[in-house]
Amino acid sequence: MFAYAVRRIMQFIPTIVGISLIMFLLLNVLPGNAALMAGGKRELDPQLIERLKKEWGLDKPVHIRYLIYMKDLAQGDLGVSFLRHEKVNGLIAARIWPTLKLAVAAMLIALILGIPLGFYSALRQGTWLDTSSMVAAVSGVSLPQFWLGLLLMLFFSAKLHIFPTCGYGDGSLMHLVLPAVTLGVGYMALLARTTRAAVLEILEEDYIRTARSKGLSELLINRKHVLQNTLILILTTAGMQFGSLMGQTVIVEKLFSWPGIGSLLVDSIFQRDVPVIQGCILIIIVVFLVVNLTVDLLYSFIDPRIKYQ
Amino acid sequence: MKDTIRKLKKRPSLVVGFCITLMVILMALFAPVLAPYHPIDDADLMVSEEAPSRAFWFGTDSQGRDILSRIIFGARISLIVGLVSQLLNSIIGIVLGLTAGFLGKWWDDLVMGLTNIMMSIPSLVFALAIMALLGPGLINVLLALGFTNWSYTCRITRSQVLSTRELNYVKAAEALGYGKIRIMFTQVLPNIMGPILVIATLGAAGAILIEAALSFLGLGTQPPTPSWGGMLATAREQLFSAPWISIFPGIAIFITVLGLNLFGDGLRDFLDPRTSRRQ
Repeated sequence: MFAYAVRRIMQFIPTIVGISLIMFLLLNVLPGNAALMAGGKRELDPQLIERLKKEWGLDKPVHIRYLIYMKDLAQGDLGVSFLRHEKVNGLIAARIWPTLKLAVAAMLIALILGIPLGFYSALRQGTWLDTSSMVAAVSGVSLPQFWLGLLLMLFFSAKLHIFPTCGYGDGSLMHLVLPAVTLGVGYMALLARTTRAAVLEILEEDYIRTARSKGLSELLINRKHVLQNTLILILTTAGMQFGSLMGQTVIVEKLFSWPGIGSLLVDSIFQRDVPVIQGCILIIIVVFLVVNLTVDLLYSFIDPRIKYQ
Repeated sequence: MKDTIRKLKKRPSLVVGFCITLMVILMALFAPVLAPYHPIDDADLMVSEEAPSRAFWFGTDSQGRDILSRIIFGARISLIVGLVSQLLNSIIGIVLGLTAGFLGKWWDDLVMGLTNIMMSIPSLVFALAIMALLGPGLINVLLALGFTNWSYTCRITRSQVLSTRELNYVKAAEALGYGKIRIMFTQVLPNIMGPILVIATLGAAGAILIEAALSFLGLGTQPPTPSWGGMLATAREQLFSAPWISIFPGIAIFITVLGLNLFGDGLRDFLDPRTSRRQ
């Protein structure tokens, strides 16, 4: 198990190198060179441009810059912000907790509501409960999140005055509810659909028929045989989709003025602050990879047949 | 024919999805005829932020423009985004998947390595990175989305190539002396168009959502061009005083994406009856 975990972590390295290379090339080499556009649309003095290029290390050839970037990255150094003159590590460290808090809260909402919804829909296939919950699930996947967020703000903040409109406040639960629901609804709908499909598949299996013919109660069959066997597929989907959830935090954070990595990323895009853009994207992807590794390692706990060699 | 109608009756999501998508396409095509006002030129500050009425069915925005007309014209942007981005994704995915599956060796390793890396980057984040480079604008959004989601098409194409490569009709084509490229495009590709079409339909729904999100962030279609995401971005300031400015563009995005999702799901079941039991 430990050896497997170490091997999986080692597999991160080529992925991270690949992603960092693609991002580096995208942001530093292709036409439009974002690194030189930090001044926005303003015409900068050529001497100032030269000074900035030197200061930011942009006067060196691209391959040297990439090697320097990778050497720093190997030491955990994400570089220095062009405009804020602060270490990117520090900027991200200050923002990572709100983002993780938001993503985990959204995931919990999705897991707690999505799995039971899909499970009971499958058990009552063809009934009104099944039809209506699946219509709701397809609708949930099709909802533009920022629009849902606006509607929630309108209803729960402006009309009912239950939750604050936006902001992080003191980090209390009240500030978290609306952004987390906005982020979690699509994810919940997806999990409900996956769970339903998985349960329907398993209900057809021979071992379920055997369990029924043995006279086991439906409750026991559902709990022991169906739920346990669907969990792997559900967890895999949850892990795979966590990446898109992390991506969506960008929109939700901007909408609710949430001080996380997503809003830092968007601000940096407008400011063309390349080191911060690279750092934010890399951290979002690393979080996604770590979640998938955790899911992988959980497999052996859920299904003892899975052994890590 | 009767058989097809019977099959379609069993798949209401395909029919409903197709009808919704067709309706949006017709709305976009006949926008100048259907829209009661011009979406940009007919701005009148005297009627700004008017609630829905007989003159303005969906109300007006802060510049006094008819929201219904802007929504009708906005369908054009969304459909262009869905169509062009998926066309680009499909071309990239098909070419890479076909060549990886057929040529194998180092090229297959390279393409699959790249595909795996692309799959670990969230679509929206990759699109944002490209937008950071190219700057805001519709063309740039099309490019960003066109280069973002090809990995799924590539994977499916490659796996289908690997399984069909060994089938008799491909062997027969080889025996007849067909070249690799000819076999790829005349024997293999037509047989894998079904799954690719499903991915493209579902991908179009995702692309419309991402375009709306990018426009909402100010990176997508720029004002005054009417786009649904852009309309929502400007509506945010009037959310509490004139909520109709936010509500109707959101409904338009929702219905369009729902239609494409239902159509894609239905098409998948139609083409692969094994999955229909579970849906």
